Formats: sequence, C-alpha cells, structure tokens
Amino acid sequence: MEFKKEALYAKTHEWVIFDGDTAIIGISDFAQSELGDLVFVNLPEEGDDVVAGEAFADVESVKAVSDIYSPVTGVVAEINEGLLDAPEMINDDAFGAWFIKVSDVTDKSELISAEEYEAFCESEEE
Amino acid sequence: MLVFEKSRPGRGVSALPECDVEILCPEDKDLRKTELHLPEMAEVDLSRHYTELAHKAHGVNDGFYPLGSCTMKYNPRVNEKIAALPGFTDIHPLQPVRTAQGCMKVIKETSDALCQITGMSDFTLQPAAGAHGEFTGLLLIKAYHLANGDTQRTKIIVPDSAHGTNPASAVMAGMEVINVDSDDKGLVDLNKLREVCEVNDEIAGLMLTNPNTAGLFDPNIKEITDIIHQCGGQCYYDGANLNAVMGWARPGDMGFDCVHLNLHKTFSTPHGGGGPGSGPVGCKEHLAKFMPGVKVVDFDEHSNTNMLSFAKAEESLGEMKNFYGNFLVAVKALTYIKMLGKQGIPEASKNAVLNANYMMNKLKGAYDMAFDPKVCMHEFVMDLSRQAKETGITAMDIAKGLLDNNIHPPTMYFPLTVHEALMAEPCETESKETLDHAIDVFLQLNELAYHDPEKLHQAPVTTPVTRLDEVGAARHPILKYEF
Repeated sequence: MEFKKEALYAKTHEWVIFDGDTAIIGISDFAQSELGDLVFVNLPEEGDDVVAGEAFADVESVKAVSDIYSPVTGVVAEINEGLLDAPEMINDDAFGAWFIKVSDVTDKSELISAEEYEAFCESEEE
Repeated sequence: MLVFEKSRPGRGVSALPECDVEILCPEDKDLRKTELHLPEMAEVDLSRHYTELAHKAHGVNDGFYPLGSCTMKYNPRVNEKIAALPGFTDIHPLQPVRTAQGCMKVIKETSDALCQITGMSDFTLQPAAGAHGEFTGLLLIKAYHLANGDTQRTKIIVPDSAHGTNPASAVMAGMEVINVDSDDKGLVDLNKLREVCEVNDEIAGLMLTNPNTAGLFDPNIKEITDIIHQCGGQCYYDGANLNAVMGWARPGDMGFDCVHLNLHKTFSTPHGGGGPGSGPVGCKEHLAKFMPGVKVVDFDEHSNTNMLSFAKAEESLGEMKNFYGNFLVAVKALTYIKMLGKQGIPEASKNAVLNANYMMNKLKGAYDMAFDPKVCMHEFVMDLSRQAKETGITAMDIAKGLLDNNIHPPTMYFPLTVHEALMAEPCETESKETLDHAIDVFLQLNELAYHDPEKLHQAPVTTPVTRLDEVGAARHPILKYEF
C-alpha cells in the first residue's frame, strides 16, 4: 500500500498534490484496493466548477458505484481522458492515474498528511 | 452454442400458408438493403435449443432462490391458467367498452384490492415496473407542488439504504437528491432527517422503503412521515418490501401519500427475464386528480347505464404507458389476491417473516448479521467482513459456492452500507425442509472457508459455466453477435 509523501489526503480517500496554482487530484491506493477492479469512470468536463467536499466524479467497480469528492474548490483545467477508456490504470497506479487538474483554487477541505492518512486507513480497517 | 451458429442456410420451418392475395411490395426506397441474418433451423432443433438454454438457467422452479429485495416467491400455476383464458387474451385495447366489461372489472377490482391493502384511495396500473412506478409517484408529487405554486420544492430525501433506483428515479423526475445516512441500527437517523428538513420550503418529499433493505421495520415511521409533512413535503413508499407487511400494516396508515407496488414481487407474477413487470402506483385523495391514464369507474354519467366506463383524472399528468399497463399481469395478481383472500394475504406475510427469522437465527452463529437485529422482517443481511479478513473468502465466494449446491445466491454487495453483504429473502412459499437444506449448505460453506478456502475460490465447478470474469465482462462487454 502506497502513501505518497508529497500528497495531501482527504478523509474521503482522495489525494491532492499542489503544483503552483494547480491542484492535481486522484484517489488513494487504499481507496482503489477497497473498491476492487474498476470498470468505469465518470469525469467532469474542462471548465466545470468543483466544490470542496462535493462529488465531482464517480467510479464503478463490479460491486458498486462510488462518488469521488473534490478536496478543493476551483475550476477544472484538465481531465485525464485516458482513464475513461482504461479505468484499470487507477488499480495499477493510483498516484499515476490522476483524475483532474484544478486551477483557480479558492478553498479546500480539511486535508491530512500521508502519515496521518495512513493511520486513518488503519483505523478504518478495524 | 448460439442460435446463429446453429443456423444453416435454407433450413427452416414453413409454418406460413401460401399467400392467397396479391403481393404488394413497398417502394424501392423503403426496402431494407442489408440481410436480416435471421437464424434458419428446423423446428425440432429450435425446440431443443431453447430447452437446452432452460436447463442451463436457474429459476424458482429449479430450486431455492432467496434473492433479497427481489421476492422470488413461487408463482402459482393457477395465475397462468386464468391469464390464458380467451376472454383476457383475445381482446384489443381499443374495442368498445361495452364488449370489454369483464376486463375492465379486473382492472377495477385489482385497483380496489391494492387500495385496501395499502390504505390508498386510488391506483393506476399503467407503470410497467418498480422503477417506472417510482418515477410515476415522483411526478405525482411534483404535479402536486406545482399546482400549489411551490416551484422551488425540488429536493427529495433518500436514505442511504434505499434501492439504487430511488435516487435515479428522482433525478429522472428533475429533482435533486439529498442523501440521509442511517444510524448504527440501520434505521433512518431522525436527527439528521430533522437537520435536512430545516430548509423546509425546498423539500419536495421523501422516498422510503419500510421495512428497509436490511429487512428492518422502522419503528419511528410515523414520526418520519410527520417530519416530512410538517415541512410541506410528501412521502413516497417504495413497495418493494411489501411482502413483509401486507395485511398487517398499511403504508397509508404509516403516513405515506403515494406508493408503488411490484406485482412481480409481492403478488406472484413472473419476475426477472420472464416478466413483463408491473409497478402500479397508488395515492391518497389529494394526489388522485393528477393520476396518469384512465380509471375504471362504476357507471357512465353520459349514457346513465350501469356499465363500467373509463374516466380521466381532472389534472392528469398524462400517460406513463400506452393504455392500461401490462393488463395480463394484473389478471395474475388479482388471481393471487382472490386465491389467498383476506386471511391468506396476512398469512403469506407472516410466513415470509417467520421463514426469514428461522434462517437468520440458525445462521447467526456462523455468519454475522448486519446491525444484529433481534427480529428481522422478510429478509436479513449477513456481513461477511469477518470471513473476508480471516480467510480471504468474500460474499462473492460464498455466493459461487451456493451455485454448486443448486441454490441461487442471495443478493450480493447490497445494501451498500454493509461491506460484504449477502441479503437473503427466503419467501413464504418455501418449506421447512428447503430452509433446513439451505441452512446446512450455508454452514458447510462457512466451514469450508476456514478449512479449505482454495476450494471455494474455485467454485462453481458443477454449473454450465464456471467462475466468470466479471471485470473483463464489464470492461470489454460484447453486446451483439458479429456475423
């Protein structure tokens, strides 16, 4: 299980990396392993607004559909179109398979460090 | 082997008599230019093909089918016999009403019986399925608010334990869904409900299943519907689980304003691939003027005869389906209701609940029960998280193991609030011997999980097809046969 140090995490299992004014967002390795093999991803469109704490995408496994929550408020600058045809990329590499890049970030949810997130996932497992 | 692969050019069934009238061809521009690829085979081969397919499938006539939330009860043959009577089959929806009085009486009696069972004042048989019924009910609620000038009432409250179709129907009806989490007992969290009802002039209503998806009857039901009504909303009852309470408790008395029923669940009409389904919608007086389709009424005001006739609701929201819905399904449901009668209807529910509690209590030692209820209703939810952690055996593996024992698996991974869920609904039609056999199988599979998990990972091995690649099928579906 990878808990990348450079990233911050939301308790709803998304990771975010701030690169200058842009936030890069994906789901954590823990999240992909809990969800199981993903078969479908639904992403917003470029230019859409995202709001911290609100759903911006959903992923589907053979078990269920799950909402993915945005850790920041801003505007979608870019989406990872490759995921739409190959959702398995998320299972293969949760950090490589970013979902969206967000610009004009004005707000963010409560985010925790990799160490804190790892401890949080352990407590969730019990 | 598919029917297309068995096809041989020129082989066929000549069942059509020679044409004895002039053949008129459509204009060239209207003619299909590509080949149709209809399978060509002898009647005997065709018959064998479908018999072979039937052998490969598992239906309620083959074995136990405890599919939670779906009420796969056995459908009595008498339903089919009655629905096949020529008076019901040789009829056209547009023929004069005086020649269709018997069928109209069936529609009326079915609606009346469903009104009595649910505590509603009007019913439409138009909706063709449960989700279609949900959509109809929501449109009724929407029409009600619009008629009151409450255009801002667009938010509908749906608990997280709801059937997935509830939020989908709400979105279809142009509403915004507000999810309310369940409490630790698996019931509606009253405090959270009150919280979302604070912004009260935007609430269109609530969609609720009671008993809910975990097989639990919400004891706060009256308070829940009161909270919604106090903020101006309407209450919608998803009748998917009516099998647990029919003849004992009525959605109307619980405070619901409209309801859909699944005739193909509770009222023993064919379900699943057999269908067609039927999801009649009932409502109380204040919503009746918006009902879709036509209603059968006692006499025709214009001709002043004692014939039954059709009447449209004053501010009808339109048509949900052509004519009178899946009429023959209503015939089957009415047969079921009449065969059981006033005593049999509550007895069916009583036995459904008894059977579920019997199984749940026998399995409790080996399987953890979600929310650990003292008493369940018609279904119960096992949580296999412990097995998954200790043995690597998941709900999916147990489900596959059941297939090797000629038992259809319970509903898997639902409700979503339980991680490794297996939701079983034995139904009232099953004998103690069938339940005891299923209980033994469940216990053996749990033993196997702890002693030889690899064997369970391989299951099923005795079925026409073994473990399927579900991920592969979802990622790369083959949706049609390529010629």
